[in-house]
Amino acid sequence: MTQSHLAPEVMARARDIVALYPHPRSALIPLCHLAQEQDGWLRPEAMAEIAELVGITPAEVLGTASFYDMLHTEEVGTYVVTLCTNIACMLRGAYELLHHAEESLGIRTGSTTADGVFTLEDAECLADCGRAPCLQVNHRFFGDVSPEGFDKIVDDLRAGRLADEVPHHGTLVRTERDGGLRVEAETITAERRATAAAMAERAATAAAASEAKANG
Amino acid sequence: MTVTDAPKIVTSRLGYDDSHTLERYLATGGYEGLRKALSMTPEDVAKEVDAVSLLGRGGAGFPAGRKWSMLRKAPTSYLVVNGDESEPATFKDHLLIERDPHQLVEGVVIACYALQVTTAFIYIRGEFALGLERVTAAVNDAYGHGAIGRDIFGSGFSIDIVVHPGAGAYICGEETALLESLEGKRGFPRIKPPYFPAAIGLYGEPTVVNNVETLSNLPWVLSNGSAAFTALGEGRSTGTRLFALAGHVKNPGVYEVEMVKTTFRDLIYAPVLGGGIPGGRELKAFIPGGASAPWFGPDQVELPLGQDEVGAAGSMLGSGSVVVMDDSTCVVRAAWRITRFFWRESCGQCTPCREGSGWLEKILRRIEDGEGRESDLELLMDISDNLAPGVSWPPQQTTICVLGSSIPSSIASAIRMFRDEFLLHIKDGSCPQGPAPHG
Amino acid sequence: MADPVITSHHAIAPHTEEGATVEMTIDGRAVVAGAGEFLIAAAERAGVFIPRFCYHPRLRSVGMCRMCLVEVSGPRGATLQPACYVAVAEGMEVVTTSDKVKKAQDGVLEMLLVNHPLDCPVCDKGGECPLQDQVLAYGPGESRFLEEKRHWAKPTPISELVLLDRERCIQCGRCVRFANEVAGEAQIDFLGRGDMVEVNVFEGQAFSSYFSGNTVQICPVGALTASPYRFTARPWDLDQVESTCTLCAFGCRAAVQSSANRITRLLGMDSDPVNQSWLCDKGRFASEAVNAENRLTEPLIRRNDILEPASWGEALELVARRLGELRTAKGASAIAVMGGARLSNEDAYAWAKLAKAVIGTDSVDAQMGDGLPAEVVVALPRATIDEACKARCLVVLAGDLREELPVLFLRVRSAAVDDAVPVVELAPQSGSVTGFATASVAYGPGEAAELVRALATGGAVPATVEPAQWSAAAEALHRAGTDGEGIVVILGRPSVAEDGALVADAAAAMAAAWPAARFLLALRRGNVMGAIDMGLAPGLLPGRVSLDDGRSFFEEQWGSVPAGRGRDAAGILEGLADGTMAAVVMVGADPLSDFPDGTLAGDGIAGADFVVAVDGFLSRSAARADVVLPASIVYERSGTTTNIEGRVSRLSQKLVAPGQCWPDWMIASELAARLGGDLGVESMTEIWDEIEKVATSHTGITRAVLESLSARDGIIAPLAASPVTLSRRLSPEPFDPMATPGIESVEAQGAPPRSGGAEPTSGEGAGHTAVSGHGHQAPRPRSLRWPQPVAAPPLPAPDSYSVRLVSGRRLYDDGVLVGATDALAALVAPATVRAHPHDLEKLGVGAGDPVRVRSARGDIVLDAAIDESLPRGVASIDFNLSADGAVGAAALLIDSREAVVDVRLETP
Ligand SMILES: Cc1cc2nc3c(=O)[nH]c(=O)nc-3n(C[C@H](O)[C@H](O)[C@H](O)COP(=O)(O)O)c2cc1C
Ligand code: SF4
Ligand code: FES
Repeated sequence: MTQSHLAPEVMARARDIVALYPHPRSALIPLCHLAQEQDGWLRPEAMAEIAELVGITPAEVLGTASFYDMLHTEEVGTYVVTLCTNIACMLRGAYELLHHAEESLGIRTGSTTADGVFTLEDAECLADCGRAPCLQVNHRFFGDVSPEGFDKIVDDLRAGRLADEVPHHGTLVRTERDGGLRVEAETITAERRATAAAMAERAATAAAASEAKANG
Repeated sequence: MTVTDAPKIVTSRLGYDDSHTLERYLATGGYEGLRKALSMTPEDVAKEVDAVSLLGRGGAGFPAGRKWSMLRKAPTSYLVVNGDESEPATFKDHLLIERDPHQLVEGVVIACYALQVTTAFIYIRGEFALGLERVTAAVNDAYGHGAIGRDIFGSGFSIDIVVHPGAGAYICGEETALLESLEGKRGFPRIKPPYFPAAIGLYGEPTVVNNVETLSNLPWVLSNGSAAFTALGEGRSTGTRLFALAGHVKNPGVYEVEMVKTTFRDLIYAPVLGGGIPGGRELKAFIPGGASAPWFGPDQVELPLGQDEVGAAGSMLGSGSVVVMDDSTCVVRAAWRITRFFWRESCGQCTPCREGSGWLEKILRRIEDGEGRESDLELLMDISDNLAPGVSWPPQQTTICVLGSSIPSSIASAIRMFRDEFLLHIKDGSCPQGPAPHG
Repeated sequence: MADPVITSHHAIAPHTEEGATVEMTIDGRAVVAGAGEFLIAAAERAGVFIPRFCYHPRLRSVGMCRMCLVEVSGPRGATLQPACYVAVAEGMEVVTTSDKVKKAQDGVLEMLLVNHPLDCPVCDKGGECPLQDQVLAYGPGESRFLEEKRHWAKPTPISELVLLDRERCIQCGRCVRFANEVAGEAQIDFLGRGDMVEVNVFEGQAFSSYFSGNTVQICPVGALTASPYRFTARPWDLDQVESTCTLCAFGCRAAVQSSANRITRLLGMDSDPVNQSWLCDKGRFASEAVNAENRLTEPLIRRNDILEPASWGEALELVARRLGELRTAKGASAIAVMGGARLSNEDAYAWAKLAKAVIGTDSVDAQMGDGLPAEVVVALPRATIDEACKARCLVVLAGDLREELPVLFLRVRSAAVDDAVPVVELAPQSGSVTGFATASVAYGPGEAAELVRALATGGAVPATVEPAQWSAAAEALHRAGTDGEGIVVILGRPSVAEDGALVADAAAAMAAAWPAARFLLALRRGNVMGAIDMGLAPGLLPGRVSLDDGRSFFEEQWGSVPAGRGRDAAGILEGLADGTMAAVVMVGADPLSDFPDGTLAGDGIAGADFVVAVDGFLSRSAARADVVLPASIVYERSGTTTNIEGRVSRLSQKLVAPGQCWPDWMIASELAARLGGDLGVESMTEIWDEIEKVATSHTGITRAVLESLSARDGIIAPLAASPVTLSRRLSPEPFDPMATPGIESVEAQGAPPRSGGAEPTSGEGAGHTAVSGHGHQAPRPRSLRWPQPVAAPPLPAPDSYSVRLVSGRRLYDDGVLVGATDALAALVAPATVRAHPHDLEKLGVGAGDPVRVRSARGDIVLDAAIDESLPRGVASIDFNLSADGAVGAAALLIDSREAVVDVRLETP
């Protein structure tokens, strides 16, 4: 009756994701990513729909989503630039880079440029310390970033030169799993049960045989 | 300097640009280990793994074979792969996930077969967008190849694998927090007792949680046999291990080296490995095993890269990350940054961790900013004592998970090794290394 | 659709054999503990209090606050372990007082204060704050925290009733766990991470639970406060007694607190067999109504059609004179007494004796046409609440439990969700039980009995019922055993738009099919069970005795009893309307608001020659009376009350009634005297003694028994029905430093006053012989036994133009108590007409559009609401809600002479 906030094709993907798990709630985080892919951030309307999809309350969806750094319950820019400032990057100039980024974008860490294009964040270790200091734009890595390198990334993004590498914020995985569960957990459980029973029976037969041998 | 010419066990394909594809994987012996495993009984596969003393690569170093043997027998059970890699300066799983996803998938199927579990979940840190894409593609391709799904390679064995993205929370690397997260909840670590995953894990069913690197060893172990693996390394620390080398070295990166036969000095200074400290600077200190590990000084660089050897010296190999700090490093700032990490990543359940981490961070920052007091050192240690009574190693716990008791490691190390530098900050009212920006 | 995942980080006690014990030491002392018990509970029973914040005995342990760390021996020496989720073990050595433990406690408290504001002087919790108390008892002298604390906007309302101050929150998660685990409404949750973890609601969705007040009670700091209580008192000014809530018939035990003769607050007491520390928000907050400005404070007499103040003497004189005249003119049976469920047992007894022995009428009814035939109520084999919650199969054929008996809903939910008790719901519309019911079988209005017979005999699946639900229900019933041993039926009135006799018929069908099944009566009104026990029902005398069985005994005791069976509420109103009856005394009764058939109620009151109202408020009916007598109400009186399981528990007076209000029994006694009779009782205690003496069902429940320590949670009548089991609230010392798990004890006051501390004799053998030794000779009459005849009216065939009406109740209604409590009055929803979308589509109306609902009685326009859970051909209108000034929407449509109510839906 009322139109759903998630677009029909997004809804269809959402249902596929729910079907991957033995319990619907497990799909919560993947669905939040999906909603971010549609909207760029996690809108309340989306959370309410996710709640329905996985069978919990909206408060529980928010409670879970707000725990995670990558799920934004407030609007963010098209590009979320995340600089690592943890120890390995710090030792190689991360804070200097962060300051440069603030000046260059004209915003403080944690905020979004007035044109809504860039959000700047400082992050904990992004696990790319071999190329410290490193950063991510919408979770795509850039390593060994110098202040000049930073400006170039920003220019390239603005000019659309990185459109292939860096999708809009929220798009996490562009490769989709093809198909739902190939093997239902229940089938496997039944199979495992049968295997266990067969093994037990084999063991029992073997024991009986060896006993018979010992006796006779 | 002795860098052994041990075979590359988990990084053998990384020389190829297309190392992540099924074609390259199959061309380089891929899925042979699985075929071998499927020709054996599950028990024998588990025995083989037990025989190699494959120490868990996620941080705790618990032998995989022993862990598997503790799995409670039940009709439904799970394997969960820990690919949340978020320990500061640890970036080895990142490499394996992006560059050799089939090796991981094969390891997972081998483990599933040995354990006879129902379903496997590969939980990958959300920030690894490319890694998620590559593992998803690998799973799709492996299905096509018949290596996952129904009746794998005609063996009658079936298994499904679900790739699950995280969403940015370090604590979800802790195995019970990871399970909560996988159940669609906040990453609050579970209380133990009773929630030991092997007994009550995912959805309340028995569950094995293994690290990406741990499982990536399995195809090689099966293909080459346990003897080839145990021939490498020494004592309990067999085989090779990945070390993520970061900080003040010429060639930061991930290196696969033979355990025990290689030393920290080799790792940091060997030209084919770290290549030494740039700018002719001296080694001031290094962290041998992730942010939770107590620091070592130049005196300890000769220590071999072995779990027990490093443990006996008062620290741990942990997650296999080595952070090198040269003599230009301000240790207060280093300790502050690590503490800041724990503060930002505490899940918020336990009072000492939730409140103590922020308090410690604020004190360290104050000292770095030149506003410290002499009593602060005692205060830092006393707060630390409330997180890890005795502030000894291995730490005692007052919290649900070991994140809380890990917080004091860097602080206690820095104060123990560089007390004078702290006092200098306090006396001079500024940082002797000069003011440096911080967030 | 709830996710069935049971796993979470909650502690679960290891499975152990019942009764198994372990030996261990606590602080060097040998202690025997129950195997599998959590250390914190074992220590507490052994008299060692381990400080805690997040632990709550009625919630699952999460081990978050770390306040309960103690040293526990282990293979690697003694280590600090959380007592709240580590289970005791054989040979365990526990130390709670070592330096190491002390250091840990200091540490946790100091850390808690890192971000906790020190605004204690303006905090509601100041003075009774566990954080304050434990800092004093276990904490360090001073804080070494110099930095800036975390700041958050404060306080923010999360519902009409609850305010949240996030700065004060210590993240214990009790509220979150309560909402999720106990109430099943996870509307509040932890948001954020680390030291930015906060408790909050989803934006725009209030914490709209009927149980929200419990979170305020169990919050160990002042983070959650109740808007009605906020800033009204300081805890040290409060004076409290232990009493029983009578807003519904469940009988929650509560600590009633007052200051300067005003009720300030109610706190749930931890009564194991009843409310287990919880209260509903209506009980908790509507208690405020006693403070209301619009209370009656003096007698009123109608002069020139205006109610004017009068003296008690004048008013009583007038009532006695008019009743006397009418009795002479039209006979005693022309006089009726309605109501009684608002009274204490003692009051009810006095009124029953006045009506039946002094006036001589049997047309007395405490039920307002929304209950069940009184004989059925007293005779059905009974189950206790605990038995219902442990049933092998629990059948619910009642109004929506969360709306009518909210805390019973919590108990039933816990039985179903936590203990996997199969619940079979038989209902004309889905409700709060549906979500966790094993089977939910919908029946068409009036068709419950037919359905039960089909279920019992394996008959065909009725067309209206989903086959899957049907077979699930049949299976659950079948598994409980062939004769029904283990089946408990919660029996009430699912809808007031069907005749109560039809429900009684369904009960009879059940009792016939499963002879060993037992029943818990879900009648909702205050002390309705006590009133019936005391004889405020036609055909009954005190002690669950029929008029005929009890005639000779009560003639001896009382002097006289009515000659024949009188009329019930519907009969009374009909008699008043058609002139066969003349006068009615409404004792805390408001037929104009409460009787299902509003037209009949109006005609009855209008047709009466003389109407008397005894009430605390000028209700709609009282406003039409000739004489209004002001009575004391809840918390202004002592005595006893009886809950749905027949549990007699004590009421304690906390307030002095305003103005010239009198207790109801005294009004009865004075009237008796003026009518030339004598009730023969001078006080509440004397009345109780007489009840114990004459009421078969109450034999042996002497004042001494009622007052004994082991009867703190009340005693079930008859005594033999449930041997007195000692409750967990046995400790005579208030031992409740957290002041939160549900108050465990307050100084018990009130009537019956102390008369010696005798322990009860064993419940066995208390049957029909007096144990109180008052020395009466005549044998007591026997209480009614099942079966009783049930006269179910025939069902009319539905006509294809009509839909059949269902009318249940809402907790927040148009009643005076809710109306007199501002915070609750704001929560009363307007009446709507709910129907299946197809039925509305046929009319061409959508949600929110006006629909005219027409019955033979009348018509009303209501907004439509879509309810897919309703079967087609059924419309639902909640009783006791109003729409656009039309009070009691459903009452305008219902005809109490009809078995069911057919209505037409039209566009207005
Ligand atoms: C705070 C914390 C963070 C952790 N993070 C990770 C991680 O990112 N990856 C990982 O594999 N193990 C991590 N662990 C260790 C896991 O809990 C677990 O021991 C490991 O995944 C088991 O795998 P393994 O036996 O193969 O090493 C962490 C532990 C803690 C206490
Ligand atoms: S120690 Fe810290 S991270 Fe671990 S459970 Fe407790 S609060 Fe969470
Ligand atoms: S951790 Fe045990 S009471 Fe909170």
